[in-house]
Amino acid sequence: MKDLDTHARNDWCPGCGNFGILNAVKAVLNELNDEGVLTSDIVLVAGIGQHAKMVDYLNVNSFYSIHGRAAPAAEAIKLGNPKLKVICFSGDGDSYGEGIEHLIFAAKRNIDLTMVIHDNRVYALTTGQYTPTSPLGFKGRSTPAGSKEKPINPLELMLACGATYIARSYSANMAHLKKTLKEAILHKGFALVDVLQVCVTFFNLYDYYNKNIYELKDNDASNFDVACKEIAKWDYNSDAPISIGTFYKKEAPRFDEVFFKAPAEMTDTDKKIRELLKGYV
Amino acid sequence: MDNFSVLIGGKAGYGIDRSSTILARLFNQLGYRIYVYRDYPSLIRGGHTFSIIRASKKRIYTHANRVDFILALNQDTYDLHKSKLNSNGIVIYDQGSVKAEGVAIPADRILKEENAPELLRNTCVIGAFCKVAGIGWEMLEKVIGQSVSRDLEINLKVARRGYDEAKGSVKIEKVPQSPLPMLTGNEAVSLGLIKAGLKSYVAYPMTPSSTILHFMAENSEKFSLKVMHPESEIGVIIMALGFSYAGDKVAVGTSGGGFCLMTEGLSFAGMAELPVVIVLGQRPGPSTGLPTYSSQTELHFALNAGQGEFPRFVVAPGDAEESYYWSAVAMNLAWQFQVQSIILTDKNVAEGGFNFDIDSVKEIKETGPVLWDVKNDYRRYLDTKSGVSPIAFPSNKEAIIKINSYEHDEAGITTEDPAITKSMTEKRMRKAMALKNELENYGTVNTYGNKDSATTVLCWGSNKGVCVEASEKLGLRVVHPVVLSPFPLKKFGEALKGVKKLICVENNATGQLLKLIRQYGFNAHVVVLKYDGRPFSLDEMEEELKKAVK
Repeated sequence: MKDLDTHARNDWCPGCGNFGILNAVKAVLNELNDEGVLTSDIVLVAGIGQHAKMVDYLNVNSFYSIHGRAAPAAEAIKLGNPKLKVICFSGDGDSYGEGIEHLIFAAKRNIDLTMVIHDNRVYALTTGQYTPTSPLGFKGRSTPAGSKEKPINPLELMLACGATYIARSYSANMAHLKKTLKEAILHKGFALVDVLQVCVTFFNLYDYYNKNIYELKDNDASNFDVACKEIAKWDYNSDAPISIGTFYKKEAPRFDEVFFKAPAEMTDTDKKIRELLKGYV
Repeated sequence: MDNFSVLIGGKAGYGIDRSSTILARLFNQLGYRIYVYRDYPSLIRGGHTFSIIRASKKRIYTHANRVDFILALNQDTYDLHKSKLNSNGIVIYDQGSVKAEGVAIPADRILKEENAPELLRNTCVIGAFCKVAGIGWEMLEKVIGQSVSRDLEINLKVARRGYDEAKGSVKIEKVPQSPLPMLTGNEAVSLGLIKAGLKSYVAYPMTPSSTILHFMAENSEKFSLKVMHPESEIGVIIMALGFSYAGDKVAVGTSGGGFCLMTEGLSFAGMAELPVVIVLGQRPGPSTGLPTYSSQTELHFALNAGQGEFPRFVVAPGDAEESYYWSAVAMNLAWQFQVQSIILTDKNVAEGGFNFDIDSVKEIKETGPVLWDVKNDYRRYLDTKSGVSPIAFPSNKEAIIKINSYEHDEAGITTEDPAITKSMTEKRMRKAMALKNELENYGTVNTYGNKDSATTVLCWGSNKGVCVEASEKLGLRVVHPVVLSPFPLKKFGEALKGVKKLICVENNATGQLLKLIRQYGFNAHVVVLKYDGRPFSLDEMEEELKKAVK
């Protein structure tokens, strides 16, 4: 197994849920490499936030984008070179907040890429403000009296937008995380994994998650209505049991299959330009 | 007639644009050189739309406000423009909807009798015009055949009825010159980008750049183009950078408002050293402004957009041939130096109709990117003498390619180290010098008219054509810097040698080129500014320059 490390120093807090995701990704990339999905064919994309340091810590091709703008880059890299396997890391602030329009459209297009959301439900890099998945009443530095808005259920949104693989996992459940990430990466189409990733400094939910999380069993992930009901059981706000697992998985037509069909290499450009000009006389 | 103009106007939705293409083709086929000015409001139906088609035996790049024919499809055309008619000019009008003096054509009755759609009113009036102007039926038949893809038969019938309804009164003679292709500036920009190897074009529709998107989409198969219309201009620029990272030569097109949304991506490209070409079509602002009109208000925006300091190439072509040539060069330089190129057009050059003589365009030097030689370990941001790091694209078994919006080390890993920050900043700045040196080999500043004249007109972008033609009449020199960043200081200084009086002409309210040249110690003696959304016409420019010379 390759360690896939870089010379970057790891700056996450001890106990950060991101370590779980980083280790799971390393293991999955190695497994995939052994199975013929070469690590050199993989491009990692990240937005900005604590999640994004992933790409500094992994010795793999990477595109370290700007805040909220991971998805469009990931889509274009796939469209630019369909041989590449694109894995996108993003945060709840990054993709459910600043970059929500892009996430919606990436799902709508069902482009073949994997979106891993490090959902710690708090802005950590900017030291503790509420995000789109923070519970109502979250006391952050921008909402000292408690946030006055309810969170969105991002998985409901993704299902409505046309994502064809939707799962949730937990940064402290390594076996589940590895299994889910691998399944998502191998899925042909837009795959989103919302990883409940714990921020030990600004929103430590370890105890809460350990008490409330359970693994989904025997759900029919091919059925939209079943997925809808299953996803709605926890709204990211109320006290309720929190399921992790694959809610939805379906093969559907992909934008990247139909987008570009012309031959990739252009020949005789000058001749073709001159021919075209004849129609403009 | 050596030189004449036709104004055709009607409600938006009357097919004025299509009619102006037919008229321009007619004159082009007769051997004239043409320029088409299109004036239309920002709506789909109603409102008043007109075009001025100017024809001349010589190459021309501007319209004149004095016209020889008015083809009126609505009352506004006559009322608003009859003052532009030359003393012996002729008005041809649809008598069902216009009260005027001139040649009345019963278009209503003809359309009814032929059971033809409303849209063919213009074809009927063009038929009449051809008879009045002594243009043979065969020529009109040929041009309609080339220009109309649907319902050709009924088009020809209606045109013939119009033709038969009128009487010949003047004769537009044939000129012994081969016709030249006619392109809008946007079409020329598109072809220039394609010439330089464009592989992907990404855009969100916005006047005056939308027709590049349309052209690219229409011709995507022919030129193997990936054409993408994403969710927003933010999506556009970030997607473009994704394509660029994957190795595609890529361009985007927008106007000021869309460019506002792109600035974070532009700055990202500057830091990550991702080559990209941005076509920025100017229109009057601030904000939504006058969407379908023209201005030169984004020069400093283009020069300074995006946080932080990074080199960029900014070029403002003045006609179709320059649009073609400099768009290709902009793409080549972006990849040669891993910088961002901005092609600054405006509505006048973007949507104006020009002749296009590809054989008159200077040879376009093919300068590829510096590629990685596979000998040493790959580092995306290897510090080199020129500042340009060899480039590689994923997937490559030998290379790990990491680009980064943060300050980064040579490998592309985030850093806050002061020494690396300094050396990486200097590396990026050295690219500006390398780019500047390379541009010594290009005609970045051009001089026209009477090159010995001590009185000189300074203009940029689309004002080139009108300034040159007016200055030639008045015996003045014209200096037209095409490249605006890096500023071609040496060539600009040479072009201004011996100047006693500098007249700066711009389509904005503050004199943006003037501000720029002042940074380099130059100044103008007279400033001629126009900021009503409309371009200078030839007659206006002559008046302005006569006043300025005094």
